[in-house]
Amino acid sequence: MNTHIGVPRERLVGETRVAATPRTVEQLRALGYEVIIEQDAGALSTFPDEAYAAAGARVGGQDEVWAADVVLKVNAPDAAEIEGMHEGLTLVSLLAPGLNPDLVEALAAKPVTVLAMDAVPRISRAQSLDVLSSMANIAGYRAVIEAAHVFGRFFTGQVTAAGKVPPATVLVAGAGVAGLAAIGAASSLGAIVRATDPRPEVADQVKSLGGEFLAVQSAEAEVSASGYAKEMSEDYNTLAARLYAAQAPEVDIIVTTALIPGRPAPLLITAEMVASMRSGSVIVDMAAAQGGNVAGTRAGEVVVTDNGVTIIGYTDLAGRLPAQASQLYGTNLVNLMKLLTPGKDGAVVLDLEDVVQRGITVVHRGEKLWPPPPVQVSAAPALAPGAGARPVKPEKRKMSNTRKLTLTGIGVAALWLVNAFAPQPLPEHFTVLMLATVIGYYVIGKVHHALHTPLMSVTNAISGIIVVGAMLQIGSDSTIVRVLSFVAILLASINIFGGFAVTRRMLGMFSKG
Amino acid sequence: MTAQSIAEAAYIVAALLFILTLAGLSRHETSRQGIVFGIAGMAIALAATVGVAVQNAAAIAVTLLVVAVVCGAAIGLWRARIVAMTGMPELIALLHSFVGLAAVLVGWDGFYSVEHDSAQTEFTGSLLHIHHAEVFIGVFIGAVTFTGSIVANLKLSARIKSAPLMLPGKNYLNLGALAAFAVLTGVFVASPNLALLVAVTAVALALGWHLVASIGGGDMPVVVSMLNSYSGWAAAASGFLLNNNLLIVTGALVGSSGAYLSYIMCQAMNRSFISVIAGGFGIEAPTSSDTDYGDYREVTAQEVASLLTNAKSVVITPGYGMAVAQAQYPVAELTKQLRERGVEVRFGIHPVAGRLPGHMNVLLAEAKVPYDIVLEMDEINDDFTETSVVLVIGANDTVNPSAAEDPGSPIAGMPVLRVWEAADVVVFKRSMAAGYAGVQNPLFFRDNAQMLFGDAKSMVEEVLRAI
Repeated sequence: MNTHIGVPRERLVGETRVAATPRTVEQLRALGYEVIIEQDAGALSTFPDEAYAAAGARVGGQDEVWAADVVLKVNAPDAAEIEGMHEGLTLVSLLAPGLNPDLVEALAAKPVTVLAMDAVPRISRAQSLDVLSSMANIAGYRAVIEAAHVFGRFFTGQVTAAGKVPPATVLVAGAGVAGLAAIGAASSLGAIVRATDPRPEVADQVKSLGGEFLAVQSAEAEVSASGYAKEMSEDYNTLAARLYAAQAPEVDIIVTTALIPGRPAPLLITAEMVASMRSGSVIVDMAAAQGGNVAGTRAGEVVVTDNGVTIIGYTDLAGRLPAQASQLYGTNLVNLMKLLTPGKDGAVVLDLEDVVQRGITVVHRGEKLWPPPPVQVSAAPALAPGAGARPVKPEKRKMSNTRKLTLTGIGVAALWLVNAFAPQPLPEHFTVLMLATVIGYYVIGKVHHALHTPLMSVTNAISGIIVVGAMLQIGSDSTIVRVLSFVAILLASINIFGGFAVTRRMLGMFSKG
Repeated sequence: MTAQSIAEAAYIVAALLFILTLAGLSRHETSRQGIVFGIAGMAIALAATVGVAVQNAAAIAVTLLVVAVVCGAAIGLWRARIVAMTGMPELIALLHSFVGLAAVLVGWDGFYSVEHDSAQTEFTGSLLHIHHAEVFIGVFIGAVTFTGSIVANLKLSARIKSAPLMLPGKNYLNLGALAAFAVLTGVFVASPNLALLVAVTAVALALGWHLVASIGGGDMPVVVSMLNSYSGWAAAASGFLLNNNLLIVTGALVGSSGAYLSYIMCQAMNRSFISVIAGGFGIEAPTSSDTDYGDYREVTAQEVASLLTNAKSVVITPGYGMAVAQAQYPVAELTKQLRERGVEVRFGIHPVAGRLPGHMNVLLAEAKVPYDIVLEMDEINDDFTETSVVLVIGANDTVNPSAAEDPGSPIAGMPVLRVWEAADVVVFKRSMAAGYAGVQNPLFFRDNAQMLFGDAKSMVEEVLRAI
C-alpha cells in the first residue's frame, strides 16, 4: 500500500492558508505519495476542491485525512486533533517548539513523529525548506501594502497640473528577509526608503533593493553565528534610539521587523518617538505577535494615536496573501518531503544523523528530541574571513627593494661591460635593441584588451621578417646553405602571409553594434 | 647610392611602419589601418631585400627564393582562410614554431657561411668570436621556441594530453639545460665545430619540449604569449648575427609584446611568471577541505528563458567552455534576441578566459557580437550589483568568489569577475567538476546561483527555443 499524505483544513480562527496547493499536490504525487485533502481545505486560499481533484488528490473528510501516514499542516494541532492521532503518524507543521513547551510535552505523550517547519536550521542547504524566510518575505511585502492602504498619499513623487507631490519616506527597521521584502516593495512603489540593521554587511543588500542604509555608529559590529539577530548591548541600543528619534519626525511610514528568536521583541520606537511623528503617518509593527517593536502596538489590531499616527499590529500579514503563502509554504513542504524521500518511492526515511532533519524533529516515535544540538553555520559567508586574523600566505614574498636594485645594478653593469669591450657593430646593435624594446613596451601597453589575439597574430606576421636573413643567405654558393635558406624562407613566408591574412580576417569580424 | 644603402633606408621605413602597426591596434577604429601599415612595411622590406639578394646571386638562388616565397604565401593564405576562430590558439602556436625553426636555420646558415667556410674574410679577431656566440644564442632561442611551440600547438589542438608532464626534478632538468648551454657556448666560442652546434640544437629542442610539456592547459595563455616573446627574441638574435637592424627592431617589438602579454596574464592570475613556468599549479592538491558548501540548485532551460526575458540587464561571462562547445553562435543569437526585446546585454571578459589573450573577444566577434558590448573585467566589475541576471558559460575559476573572500584559497588574490553580486546567476556547466585550478567554486552554492547542466551549446539553444 502506498504512503498517504493527509492535508486537513486549518481550524484556527483567521487562518486562511493551507498546507498544499494543486501544484504541490502534483509534486508530492511525483515523489510517490497518495494525497488526501480535506473538503474545503483550500477554499480560503482560492483553491477549490475540483482543482485538487484535477491534480490527482482525493478529497475526503476530516477522519480520512487524519488516518493518513503523514499529515501536513500549517498551524500546530489543537487539543482535539492531538487526541485523535494514531500510532506511527508523522505530523509536519509550524509549532514554535521553543515558545510552546506544553505543546511539545502533549505531542511527546503520543506515539507519533512530529517535525516543526519553523525549526529549520539556518544553513544554505536548508534554505529551500525555510518557512520563516518564505513567510517573512510575503509579510514584508504585505506590510508595505497595508501601510499604503492606510496612508493618505501617494508613495511616489509626481509633478502634476494640480501641483507637486513629494514622495513618501519609508523607514524599515531591520533588514532581514521581511525587512528586505518591505524595502523592495516600498521602493518599487516609488517611495524613498531608508533602512537600519545592526549588521553592517547587509548595507549592500539594502542598496541593491533601492534603499539607503543608515548605519548606527557603534563599535559593536554584530557577527551572528545562527543567522538570526541577537540582543544588542546597552551602548548600541542608546545610539540606535538616537537614530530612530531623529528619523521619526522626518519619515511618513515606519515598518519594524526586529525579532529575536525565543525572546520578546525589542522596543525600538518609544511613545515619544510616535508622538513626534506627523499626523497621517503609519507604523506597521511586524513584531506585534511577540510584543511589538513599537510602544502602543496591540497585536492583531489597528490603533490610531492621539496625534493621528496609525499603528498596524496585524499578526497574520502572510496569511493576508493566502494563495501566495499557501503556495510557498506548500513548496517548502514538498522540498522537505523530497529530503525525506531519497528514493522518490513514496517511503518516508527520517535520517537523524542529518543536521537539518535532526533540527526539525521535535518528537520521534513518542520520544521528545527537543531542543536539538546547536548548528553553527554562519548565514553571512562574506563576513567570515574578515572576522578572524587573516592567515598570512607564506609563499607570497615580495622581492625586497634592495634586492631589486641589486639585480638591476648587475644587469646594467653587465650591459656596460659588454658594450665597453665589444667592437663595433655590437654596441650599435644593443642601442637599437634597447630603444626598440622600450618603444615596444609602451606601444603594446596601449593595445586594447579585446585586440590581444589580433596583436599576437600580427606580431607573428612581422616576426616573419626573419625571412630577410634567409634571403640574404640564399645567394651563397654552398648547397647546404641554400637548402637551409630555402626552408627558412618558406616557413617565414607562411608566417608573413598567413599572419597578415588571419589578422585582417579577425579585425574584419569586429563590428560595432 | 648602392643597393645596400637603398635597402638600409628601406629598413628604417619598414621598422617605423611596424611600430605604427602595433600602435594602430590600440583602438578598434584604427586597427585595420594599422594592418595596412604593416603590410606596406613588410612589402618595402621584402622588396629591398630581394633587390640586394638578387644583385650578385646565381639564377638558381633567385629561382629558389621565388619558389619558396610563392609556396609559403600560398600555404599561409590558405591556412589563414580556413582556420576556425576556436582554432586560433593552435594556429598562432604553430606560426611561432615556424619563426623558431627559421631562426635555427638562419643560425646554421651563419655557421656554414662563416665558421665552416675557412675562406671567409669578413669576420676576424674578436668579431669572429662574437659571431660564434651569436650563432649559438640564435640557434638556442630558435630551437626552444620551435619545440615549445610545437608542444603548445599539440596541446591546444588536443592531440596530446594537456595535463602537465611531471618528470622528477623537472626544475633541475631545465636549469641543467641552461647550464649545459652556457658551457657549450664557452667551448664553441673558443673552437667552433659542427658537433657542438648539433649538441646545442638538441639540448635546446629538448628544453623547449620539456618546458611546455610540463605546463597545464589552463596556463596556455601565458605560455603562448611567452613563446610569442621568444620568437621575437629569436628574430632579434638573428639580427645581431646578420648585422641587420630591421631584424633587431622587429624582434625587440615582438619580444616585448609577448613579454607584456605574459605579464598581464600573470597579473590576472595573481601569479609570478616563474611559478607559471615552473608549472604544476593546484595539480597535486585538489580540493581536500570538507567544507560544507551546501546544496546547489538545478534549473531548467525554460526557467532560464523566463528569467532572461524578465531581466532588465544581463551580463554574460564566457570561458574556455564556450570555445570548446562552439557555443558562441547561439550565444550571439541569444544576445540579439534579448537586445531586440529591450534587455541590456553585455559581456564580461576575464583576461585569462580562453587559451589565448583576447580569445573570447575574437570568438564573439566571429559570431557578430558588437564589440562595444564586450567589456573587460575592470570595466564591468562594478556593474554586477545593478545586473539582473549573469550567465556564466563555461567559466569557473574566473568567477570564483573564494579568490576574493577566502585568503586560504589557492587562487586567493586573483582578480575575478564578481558575478555573485548580481541578483541571479545561472551557471552553464557540464558537471560539478572543479575548474582548472582544482578549486571548488562556492559560487555554485550561493543562494542566488542556479546550475544548468549540459553541453553549453545545446543548453543555450534550448534556452533560445524557450524564449
